[in-house]
Amino acid sequence: MRNISTTVITEKVSDLVKVTALYLRPDIMDFFKNAIIKEKDENAKKNLLKLIENAVTAQDKKVPYCQDTGFEIIFCEIGQEVHITDGSLDAAIQEGIKKGSKDGFLRQSIVEDPIIRKNTATNTPGIINYSIVEGDKIKFSCIAKGFGCENKGQVSMLNPTASINDIKDFVLKVIKEAGPNACPPFFIGIGLGGTMDKACELAKKALLEPVGKHNKKKHLATLEKEILTEANNLNTGPLGLGGNLSCIDIKIKEYACHIAGLPVAVNIGCHAVRTKTIVI
Amino acid sequence: MIIKINTPIAQHIINDLNSGDYVELTGTIYTARDQAHKKLTDAILANKSLPVPVNSVLYYAGPSPARPGEVIGSCGPTTSARMDQFTPLLVENGFKVCIGKGLRNKNVLKAIKKNKGLYLSAFGGCGALYHNKILKAECIAYKDLLSEAIFKLYVENFPAVVAIDSKGNDIFTKEPL
Ligand code: SF4
Repeated sequence: MRNISTTVITEKVSDLVKVTALYLRPDIMDFFKNAIIKEKDENAKKNLLKLIENAVTAQDKKVPYCQDTGFEIIFCEIGQEVHITDGSLDAAIQEGIKKGSKDGFLRQSIVEDPIIRKNTATNTPGIINYSIVEGDKIKFSCIAKGFGCENKGQVSMLNPTASINDIKDFVLKVIKEAGPNACPPFFIGIGLGGTMDKACELAKKALLEPVGKHNKKKHLATLEKEILTEANNLNTGPLGLGGNLSCIDIKIKEYACHIAGLPVAVNIGCHAVRTKTIVI
Repeated sequence: MIIKINTPIAQHIINDLNSGDYVELTGTIYTARDQAHKKLTDAILANKSLPVPVNSVLYYAGPSPARPGEVIGSCGPTTSARMDQFTPLLVENGFKVCIGKGLRNKNVLKAIKKNKGLYLSAFGGCGALYHNKILKAECIAYKDLLSEAIFKLYVENFPAVVAIDSKGNDIFTKEPL
């Protein structure tokens, strides 16, 4: 057994939340720098340059890359040999979100009730997903999810006999409908299989994957690449102003499926998809 | 080419701008997003006075908090489509220039064309970049709404693209997306 105190957890989560929401992911920054060299459309080049200028300003001035610093989503993987001491784990994580949001001058974007809509003024509660794994460590992955893009996600419960083209058609429809509203170029997470909720969870988790890394299964890696090519032919372009860079990457996560269905969930990540993982 | 314009934007300048033009604004603009739109609409319908001068440029934005010594935090545009339900009434009542990001519906397009207004699309997700273009910020109404309150901003060289011009041309629907 390894003891980990909630005081340590609050500190670590606070730092994680603060850093995640402020800056562009380094792999996406590298992607933009390469993309600008390859881009032929003059306007698209100019618009991509704005994204890089924005990322550099965020770093220099410690000001959030995007003002929508998001709904804080934490994936918490707890090793089964960990013993949490000094109080509630859940409360410690929420406290970390609160502290990180305050210290990082993040926006308070959370209202306590969907109908009454009073701002909690703390950026909490965040959404915490727990899983128990082997080992004596805790892994925290944070997604600071803005809502311009979150609003554009969709799920479809396809028939088990659906073809690869049916899956592609649905995903491309969602990407097209997200259009200029959800701040392209996009980073797309796709959940295939499981139940409706499982597919959505997988689609969200897929956003944690680095640019350029493909699904281990060959047929899914091929599907990722094909969707990427077709999405880039939609002429959405950076900021929706045209060009052939509509998506940064496509990530598929899959799970076993019931004989009667094929759930497909698409989570749209904007160019400001902000994620980070730490292990303690 | 970038066209420099001052706010409030004179009618002859509005008339000369075309969908697709890159512009940079200097002058005063006012933030207003979802809840502020609802409140402004309620005030107009109830014939009550408005906290924002008629003819002002409305910017769909909710900034993040300023660090000590700074004017404002991150302050990029939010999705305009959510304001579509309120925009025609506001355009009819003098707020005919607005800034946000992304697509507008047919009713907004019609109202802008009829009233010879303008819809500018700012660079979505570039809140840090806009932070640098805002020289003054003051919360003037609905303070309890926090980032959703109305802020009076003084901006310099604030970049945007003309999305809908006064003739009713729309950059986003020009060609299939
Ligand atoms: S969609 Fe993303 S980049 Fe655009 S405003 Fe929302 S969080 Fe920011």
